[in-house]
Amino acid sequence: MDMKRDYYEDIQLLDSRILWFWFIMLVASLAIFPFLAPNYYIYMANYMAIHVIVTVGLNILVGYTGQISLGHAGFFAIGAYGTVLSMTALHLPFPIALLAGAFIAAFFGFILGLPALRLEGPYLAIATLGFGMAITQVIGRWQVFGGRMGIEAPDLSIGSYILESDRQLYFLIVTVAFLLTLAARNLMKTRVGRAFIAIRDSDIAAETMGVNLTFYKTLAFAVSAFYAGIAGGLMAFLLGFINPSSFNFILSIYFLAFVIVGGLGSIFGSIMGGVFMTWLMLTLDKVQELPYLGSILITFSERWMNLTGLPNIASIIFGLIVVLLVVFEPLGLYGFWIRTKIYWKTWPF
Amino acid sequence: MPTTYQFFNIENLSISFGGLMAVDKVGFVVEQGSIFSIIGPNGAGKTTIFNCISGLYRPDSGKINFSGEDIIGLKPHTIARLGIARTFQNIELFSRMTTMENLMLGRHIHMKTGIWSGATFYRRGSRAAQDEIKHREHVEEIIDLLDLQAARNQFVGGLPYGTQKLIELGRALALEPKLLLLDEPSAGMNSEEKQDLIFWIKDIQDELGVTILLIEHDMKLIMDISDRILAINFGKPIMEGTPAEVQKHPEVLKAYLGED
Repeated sequence: MDMKRDYYEDIQLLDSRILWFWFIMLVASLAIFPFLAPNYYIYMANYMAIHVIVTVGLNILVGYTGQISLGHAGFFAIGAYGTVLSMTALHLPFPIALLAGAFIAAFFGFILGLPALRLEGPYLAIATLGFGMAITQVIGRWQVFGGRMGIEAPDLSIGSYILESDRQLYFLIVTVAFLLTLAARNLMKTRVGRAFIAIRDSDIAAETMGVNLTFYKTLAFAVSAFYAGIAGGLMAFLLGFINPSSFNFILSIYFLAFVIVGGLGSIFGSIMGGVFMTWLMLTLDKVQELPYLGSILITFSERWMNLTGLPNIASIIFGLIVVLLVVFEPLGLYGFWIRTKIYWKTWPF
Repeated sequence: MPTTYQFFNIENLSISFGGLMAVDKVGFVVEQGSIFSIIGPNGAGKTTIFNCISGLYRPDSGKINFSGEDIIGLKPHTIARLGIARTFQNIELFSRMTTMENLMLGRHIHMKTGIWSGATFYRRGSRAAQDEIKHREHVEEIIDLLDLQAARNQFVGGLPYGTQKLIELGRALALEPKLLLLDEPSAGMNSEEKQDLIFWIKDIQDELGVTILLIEHDMKLIMDISDRILAINFGKPIMEGTPAEVQKHPEVLKAYLGED
């Protein structure tokens, strides 16, 4: 490590030339990727980036502030519907509509944060679970939201520039994900983030040191919901069509799994969790196309489960991988990363 | 009502938990700049008094005046903002933060970075970076004062007990308190560390001008540094006086050594 000459060098994001190099490499490869990769992988990258946004946001709440939410699909839905309806009904331009959707989600996050002041652990989990399920019910009943049939996302344009293909969407989604991830990292390294972490580690000490618990707990919910809202708004355009069943409570569980598999309380872990789990989800959907193993699984599924057993197989394998990961590395993928880093630093000893 | 201005005083403080009088009509006056100690056997209600002062418990009756204001009913974070900081008997550090971050959290009420400026901190000149740098300087002074350099960038959860106690003291100091509540600061320290602690507490009193309210079991430490001592038992005050007076009092001896 280089010698540090002042305090700023100790707190900056990229504190060495090597890190700068990798940072520029990362930006460059993110920019080149859509020109080289086939369309399906661009679509997958978009999916990943959206899930990274949700995972980072949920990690702020679960990993950093120590609260729990089993209702994040609700905020995701609010963001999606908020953005689409702001555009179709209120004729707002896309960037403003996206922010509007996210701020509505943040407002609901604030509301859901209020019971969190009194509830802890399993009780909070149930309260948030109820919230997530209620949101999809409400959306499904109201005709404004298209009811059970759902609504179509309008054309996406920023200024006079129309985004249609997955590649064009890629630049929008990945840029937003990149900026929001950076913002979250900065937030966690400064005063507000420290207050969040303090609440997680010892809320009594935090409040006797001057941290306003009411304010920071609700703020954590609002920020987390804001991230989910932005992600939901982008998801509406990636899917092109949204209906209540795209936001069921299983999705909330998946989001939580992303956070835990990635690593609680780590922004980098959130990125890995979002990317890896999305890849796993999308790949397992096509598990029957695998050579040899695919046909075995199909036979197995037809023999022991019903004919539509394939989704079950995908879920079982998905669950198995998650369980193994958590059992062998409680810190998630971030733990693997740390161990690899230490291994290479001390190699060959 | 006290007629003259008083820095800190408690009048007739009482609190009960389900019929048990944990604190029963306790009252005392703390002079600004002094060290005031509370002694008593386990379960006498010492920590309960601290919890009432820092707003974690709400007493049933009585008054707690700080700088001429009754602070009963205020939230803990508001009381911290008035300038009362504390440490805990069973360490309450932020265990998955480094020493540096723990002390920086102590600067919370003095810092200004909000959510927007925090999220957009990318350059040396940004508001958040300036805020961080400014307050880090203060924290580095505390690290120097308490000899915590070796622990600076370590997670506090894995540090030795004595060091953790010191970090808690440092975190409380980072708040720049006018009144500092120390709940058994020397518990778990060896005699060398206790010697250092005595010097530091003296330093905090003399050089930083902080008034200290102390709960402690180590009689040598208490007698060395206290200006006044209050002895309590079963939540009731036994006597208050200078170290020499308290040492001789028969009731105090009885509470500590038992009846013969």
